[in-house]
This record gives sequence, C-alpha cells and structure tokens, in this order.
Amino acid sequence: MKAADRALYWNLRNEMTRIRHFEETTGQMYGLRKIGGFCHLYNGQEAVAAGFSAALDHERDYVLTGYRDHGHALAAGMNPDEIMAELFGKITGSSRGKGGSMHLFDPKQHFLGGNGIVGAQIPVAVGVAFAQKYQKTGGAVVVFFGDGAIHQGAFHEALNLAKIWNLPAVLVCENNQWGMGTGWKRVSAVDDFSLMASAYGVRGERVDGMDVLAIYDAAQRALADARDGRPVLIEARTYRYKGHSMSDPQKYRTREEVDEYKKQDPIYLLEQVMKEAGLWDEAMAQSQDDEAESMATKAVAFAESSAEPALHTIYEDIYAGEPFFMGRA
Amino acid sequence: MAIMSYREALNRAMDEEMARDPAVVLMGEEVAEYDGAYKVSRGLLDKYGAERVLDTPITELGFTGLGVGAAIAGMRPIVEWMTHNFALLALDQVVNEAAKLRHMSGGRLSVPIVFRGPNGPAEYLSSQHSQALASYWVHVPGLKVVSPSNPADAYGLLKSAIRDDNPVVVLESEMLYSDKGEVPDEETLVPIGTAAIPRTGTDITIVAFGRPVKYALEAAATLQLRGISAEVIDLRSLRPLDEPAIMASVAKTGRAVVVDESWPAASVGAYIAHRIASERFDSLDAPVAFVSSEDVPMPYNHTLELAVQPSAAKIVAACLRTLYLEE
Repeated sequence: MKAADRALYWNLRNEMTRIRHFEETTGQMYGLRKIGGFCHLYNGQEAVAAGFSAALDHERDYVLTGYRDHGHALAAGMNPDEIMAELFGKITGSSRGKGGSMHLFDPKQHFLGGNGIVGAQIPVAVGVAFAQKYQKTGGAVVVFFGDGAIHQGAFHEALNLAKIWNLPAVLVCENNQWGMGTGWKRVSAVDDFSLMASAYGVRGERVDGMDVLAIYDAAQRALADARDGRPVLIEARTYRYKGHSMSDPQKYRTREEVDEYKKQDPIYLLEQVMKEAGLWDEAMAQSQDDEAESMATKAVAFAESSAEPALHTIYEDIYAGEPFFMGRA
Repeated sequence: MAIMSYREALNRAMDEEMARDPAVVLMGEEVAEYDGAYKVSRGLLDKYGAERVLDTPITELGFTGLGVGAAIAGMRPIVEWMTHNFALLALDQVVNEAAKLRHMSGGRLSVPIVFRGPNGPAEYLSSQHSQALASYWVHVPGLKVVSPSNPADAYGLLKSAIRDDNPVVVLESEMLYSDKGEVPDEETLVPIGTAAIPRTGTDITIVAFGRPVKYALEAAATLQLRGISAEVIDLRSLRPLDEPAIMASVAKTGRAVVVDESWPAASVGAYIAHRIASERFDSLDAPVAFVSSEDVPMPYNHTLELAVQPSAAKIVAACLRTLYLEE
C-alpha cells in the first residue's frame, strides 16, 4: 500500500462521512421544521459524489447536479455553514435564502447547482463544457442526474451535442433505482443505462455506485477521456436509503429491500477494504466521525443564529444592473 | 445614414459585436453553412469561423440549454431560434434556467445570453408557424424582452441585448426582414427600456410594438386626413416597459388604442390597456380600446389569415370609436 493510496482512502472515507453526518442532521432539522419544502437526502449515494470529487481537478473542473445536491455541494468544497443556512432560508445562506435545498450554488468552488427540474442541468452542463473548450481552460465538467432524468429529452439532446462538438463532459447517471416512487425498470427500455451511450457513439460504463474505489477509478478514466474531447456516460448503480424527499412515505418498497442495500453501505464497504489492507486506525476513524459531527453541529448553530432575510431582498438578485418590476407605477 | 434592411441591420449588429468581443458566439439551426434560415447570419461563418458560428441539430431544448450553460461560464452566446414557435420546445431552459439562475443562486450567477428569431404571423403557414408569442416571455421576471419594428431599432436593440448581462429575448418579425430603413452609419446602441414616438399627436394615443407599428403609422396617416392627430408609441422594449412614455402621452391625449398581434387573453396589449386604465383613469375621455388578433389559431387561407390580424383599418376603426366618431 502506497502512502498516496493511504491518504486517498482516508480522504474518501472522510468525504462520505461528512456527507452522511450532514444529511442525518439535515433530516433531523427537517423533522424539527427548521427546514421546509422539498428536501432530498443523499444517504446511501455518498460514494458517487466522494469518488468523483477525489478524481476532479477542482481548480479547472466544474460540477452540476439535480435537486439531490447537498452531497455534491459538500464534495465540491462548499461551506457547510452556508449550505445549512440556505436550508434554513437565512440571509447567510449560499443563495441568501432564495434557493433552498434544491438550489445550492458556489461558482468559486466551481459548483454550478443544484437544479430543480429533472434533467435540465444536463444541457446546461454541456454548455459549461462548451465554454471550457472555447476558452481552452483544460477543464472538464461532470454532471450528475438520476435514473428518472435519463429519459428526458434534455439528456439525449445534450449527449448528442457533447459528442458532435467533442466537449469535455462526463454525464453520470446516479441510478438509485427509484424515480420518486417508480421503480427504474418499470420505465426503462434498457436494464443497463450505460448502453444508451452507444446511441451517441460515446463510451458508456456501468459502475458499482456503492464502491467508492470503483467510482474513483471510473471517474479518473472518464475525466481523462473528456479532457481529450471524448464525452463519457457513466451509470453508477446506487441506492438511496431515505425517501425521494422528506415527505415520502415510501409505500412502494419494503423495509427489507432498504436493509439489504444497507449491507452494501459505501462507508462500510470502504472500511472493510481498509481493514483488509491493514490501513485501519480506529482513532483516526473516530476523529473523522467527531469532526463530521461537529461540522454538522456547527452548521446548525450558524444557521440558527443567522438572521432572516429582510423583506426588501425579494427585489434583489433578479437582474444585473438596474432592477425593474412590472405592474408598478 | 445608410439604407439597409431589417435583416441586414440585425446582421450588422451581430457582426460588430462579434468583432468587438470574442466571448460572443452564434448558435442555432442553419445559422452557419446555410447563412441562416432567413439569411440573418449571412457571411458570419466565413468571417468568424466554425468555432463561433455553430450549426446545431434540431434540438431547441438542448442547444438553448447549452447556450445558458455557456453564459454562466463566461461567454455571451446568441441563440437563434428558427422561429419563436419552435422555441416552445425550449421554454424550460428559458423560464426555469436562464430567468432563474441569478435569483436561485442569490446573485452568484450571471446569464448574459440573447435568444432571437422571428415571432408573429407570417403568410400562408397555418397555425403552428404564425403565432405571436410575446407574452410567453414578457410574463417572466428575470428576462428582458425587446421587439424592434424597424431596421434602426433592430440594429441598436440587438447590440444592447448582446452587451446586456441579463437574458434578453429578441422578437423579430419574418414579415419585416426585407423592410428597409435608415440606420446610422456610426455605431449606435438603442437602450433597452425606452419607447420611441415615431409620430406625435394630440387627439389619441396608439400604442404598438413590432410589426403592427407599421399599421399604427398607416392608421395615423389616414386619421390625419380626417383632421385627427394621433400619436404613435413604438414600445421597442416590452420588459422593461417604458410606462412613463405611455402615461405621458395618454395624459396629453386622453384616449388610447393598444395594438398587439397576439391573441387577446393574457397578452402584452391587454396588460398595457389595464395599466393605462389603472394609472390614467382621470385623464381618459373614453375606455381604452384594444386591437388584437382574433382569438383563433391562424388559418392557412390568405384572406382568412389577414382577417384574423390587426390592420390599419381595424386601428382606424378603433380610434374612431374611441373618439366617438362615425366611421
């Protein structure tokens, strides 16, 4: 085991642990009605965000995703305080309390959302990739979406455009197997989404989305291809532990199914690998857990103590330059 | 002053802005090798190359979204829709993305993009290709919308739209592309949000935008023969709307006729009529009249399609009614 691998494994565990703790806390805050609206938790899917984040060049590359965006925002390096404050709707939130759970953004961290329309982020991401190519930044763009989104025209149109213009884009379908309450196989013509790549002449690859090391490897290969102007489609077969959103009673699946997938928990799986490789250090693990918990606790304290947005802010952040409003004398 | 067509004026605007700023690119169906479905982009491929003038597949949602993504990543795309009818396939990317990204990000993102193409009735095309869809865009906060009625405004408004840091929808008119007019020789920007008054008058105000401005001016000339002095307001910009210009004119004339080539319900014209009635009730000597298209899909037959739309004669009739005069 090389030292670099040792650091990578611990980094991957740390990222997944941070996301898991943040989401557990988010769920609790939702239960306390500190957070409202649609709130989609990432528990179970952490390996996808963490594996890709470790492979990205955060100085050059960009990330976009859909509305299940807390994990990707954290993995992109967004400040957890600003994320939690946004979930609380506070003025200190990343979008000044205007975006909420589904609309996290941080251009400084190259995280461009956070998008509430299923699949709409895919053409936008391909446009960001177009800009990277045009501006010769050397950067690539990774866009995440779910098994529901892959049937949208937006996906198909965007993948075709990415291919014909040789754009540095990696399209990642996080197949968590449930499009809201609809099992993915009920609404898909194929039982392997990576096959869809062949329709557009790009490379497709299916990866075990619970195995963070497999994701990391696939991400490295995909990013290398993308930087050479060859877009890639990846299906990461994963599973979400929580409901589609916080308001989902989950009558469409059994407790046993969820429990079965929890046996393949991405954090647990990585820990087993680390133990077998002789990398395990209980004190180190405890320290990561403690830090993740205190990150979440601190974020809640920050959000709690932050001010509500002033009413006049409803008229801000709509236009660049002089704002204007219809219907006013 | 050079005389040029509306089409040439739009082309000149894009040409100058592409020369000025390498972040400006043009993409759309047939814009490059075909020189544009309506030849608005003629010669731009040869001048700026295939990296900046891009033929897209026929995927309005996809390439409109791609433009939005390029805009948030530092570019200034011009997305040409072959017509606004086809832009309905791209509504999501305009309404939910371009108009919302600045807001949803708390001001962290900027979306400097132009969406442009012909809007409104053409000829012999039936109901899918002859629609005036201004209100689809004007409805939405976060967008700007302009509607030039002549070559000089087409040139100056498009230049302003390309330089604007907001998403701007440009409503061109297929029936105006070949119209000629004077355009300043020197570089000129027409500010977005300012109406023009192409004809001043004292008895009645006619408010119009886009192609119907021509009919309004014809109507005003006809009314002059009867000794009626009509003022014509060409809105040029629909969002923002130059309400002060409208209200000042109505305060002077006390009578208003609003013209809009779209359907009557939930239209820009209906909104303007409402604003005049609300803001200038005390000045009005008659109810505000509204000349729109008939509330029907456009028929193919030429006599029928002309009967559906506003015309100079319909505007004259509305003015006479508003003045309580016999036709």
